[in-house]
Amino acid sequence: MTMPGGLAASDIAPRATDWSGQAMQRRIRKRYASERRFRLMGLSAILLSAGFLAFLLVTMLGNGLRGFSQTEIQLPINFASSSLMLDPVALKGPGADAALAGADIEGATAAAADAAFGEGGARLLSDGAWLKVQDAIRSNPYILKGRGEVWVPASVELDLAAKGNGSPDAERALARLKAKTAVRTGFNSHFLTGSDATDPTIVGIWGALKGSLLTMGVTLLLAFPVGVLAALYLEEYAPRNRWTDLIEVSINNLAAVPSIIFGLLGLAVFLNFMHLPRSAPIVGGLTLALMTMPVIVIAGRNAIKSVPPSIRDAALGIGASRVQVVFHHVLPLALPGILTGTIIGMARALGETAPLLMIGMRAFISAAPSGFTAPATVLPVQVFLWSDEVSKGFVEKTSAAIIVLLVFLLAMNGLAIYLRNKFEIRW
Amino acid sequence: MSTETLEHVAAEQKAASQGTLKMSARDINVFYGQKQAINKVSIDVTQENVTAFIGPSGCGKSTFLRTLNRMNDTVAGARVEGSITLDGEDIYASSMDVVQLRARVGMVFQKPNPFPKSIYENVAYGPRIHGLASSRVEMDQIVEKSLKRAGLWDEVKDRLSDSGTALSGGQQQRLCIARAIAVDPEVILMDEPCSALDPIATAKIEELIHELRGRFAIVIVTHNMQQAARVSQRTAFFHLGNLVEYGDTSEIFTNPREVRTKDYITGRYG
Repeated sequence: MTMPGGLAASDIAPRATDWSGQAMQRRIRKRYASERRFRLMGLSAILLSAGFLAFLLVTMLGNGLRGFSQTEIQLPINFASSSLMLDPVALKGPGADAALAGADIEGATAAAADAAFGEGGARLLSDGAWLKVQDAIRSNPYILKGRGEVWVPASVELDLAAKGNGSPDAERALARLKAKTAVRTGFNSHFLTGSDATDPTIVGIWGALKGSLLTMGVTLLLAFPVGVLAALYLEEYAPRNRWTDLIEVSINNLAAVPSIIFGLLGLAVFLNFMHLPRSAPIVGGLTLALMTMPVIVIAGRNAIKSVPPSIRDAALGIGASRVQVVFHHVLPLALPGILTGTIIGMARALGETAPLLMIGMRAFISAAPSGFTAPATVLPVQVFLWSDEVSKGFVEKTSAAIIVLLVFLLAMNGLAIYLRNKFEIRW
Repeated sequence: MSTETLEHVAAEQKAASQGTLKMSARDINVFYGQKQAINKVSIDVTQENVTAFIGPSGCGKSTFLRTLNRMNDTVAGARVEGSITLDGEDIYASSMDVVQLRARVGMVFQKPNPFPKSIYENVAYGPRIHGLASSRVEMDQIVEKSLKRAGLWDEVKDRLSDSGTALSGGQQQRLCIARAIAVDPEVILMDEPCSALDPIATAKIEELIHELRGRFAIVIVTHNMQQAARVSQRTAFFHLGNLVEYGDTSEIFTNPREVRTKDYITGRYG
């Protein structure tokens, strides 16, 4: 038989493939084996990372949860016979704070402890125990007329002993104390409301948490709009030429610059040149915004690029202006992607320590910042500062601070993911 | 002037006499960077007729279509020479507002591209940005009228708040037509509106084009010669950026003057 064009049928008929032959079988077995190998490798990678995560969480929770509790001792005080020269009536008036500040409550507390628990009793109490006594007097001045009992925080050694982590000496002291008065270990609400202190039993995280909130607020308010506008301009308006290429390369490089260099920049520009207040959330926020902006610009440009051009055509085709195209169509469609980039940038900024050290946010600050220009510190810096302390009680406080930092991070990411899902448009 | 051009001008004058002149293009050259995509094309579009542009892929028919509402402005490096008038007004003049022009000369694209918004919002978007409705009731009327004209009302009237992207391909394309006619344009440009649709959806769109004829001047680019024969009264055949032949559809398909036209419509190439 001859095909048109002079070809014989046998010339173009396919050679029969031997699908059941040995070589073919071997090839098929090899293909399945390589697939199994790949799946096993993937699975073990996931198990490994899950193991690391579990290890991190277990050690962190094991150490850190103890940081949220505090041992207290019931201290009996005979105010009537104490050296306090305070008039209960005066403490009801407006001069109460001055009167309390003038009185030697610290001395009276130590004397009461010595009297109640024997010689050296004051050392069983935390350095900040007298603050609780002061609070008790303020809330009820008439306690000064007679005897009273006040729950005060125990010393670091006793606190650790009560949680089963103390030295033998402290264990014995705790046992002796328990014979004389009541001792309790409970949730330490002061940790969530107080600020930094020299004694680990009375430190709090609120100061650093508020500092982080204020700093992140400044960062977000600055980096998000500026980053998104820059991304929109570069994608939708800027002509493609050598200058825009240069800008693109510069932005990509900025995103990779080590963070401490941004700290130096912040020091030089915001503190030395603009004379903004040292250690303030506004300066920290500005510095972190510089660091976050390139991340948002890059993520934003990618998100904007992935909006299908047909949507732009559709809007232009019925007479939308370019600004309308951008704000009615491109931006809403790109927003989920932009938010993802913002989450990454903000999470990095929240955990950043190095640049903030450069602008003085590592100071010891014993009061929560009152505003954007007040001295403040932030959570990761607080963790860094506490981990540097010699007192043993700071170990669990450091872990507790890390837990607070992680919870803050999760809350922030959770909010961003919620927003992203809300804006996500299903096609 | 070559005899070929003279013949074209004669054909155009004949065309103009057959209907009210709506758009007129004279000696249009389009460049993409250094490359010339359209070479000295002159065409008249009339109010009463559907004008079809046919030709093989890459012959420049879509490019030419996009010069008619200045969609080429958005393409980096594109340059248009020559003059195009809409009702005697030069659309490339600096006094012409391109946003208004695109409202007057609407466009339907090859791939249905509804906004990822509700069906109602898809149609209402154009009237809203041009401020064509002063109240919610008026907007409802515009949306209903546009959807009815696009032959989609009965299928979607109970689910106007559903996403426009949830419709079938043919419905999406009719939604896009409804969106284009909602701003009450004078001319509608259709760039291969049926190439992504199945035969049944295609038939519906063609029927729709018949119904819209007369109210809007319609220009349609198509790959499908049967479609050009079915829906249009005037046909222009493009080849390699040149306008080879332009005349009555019946004449082009039964008695083409040019050999290239004859070869193309008989399927020798394309």
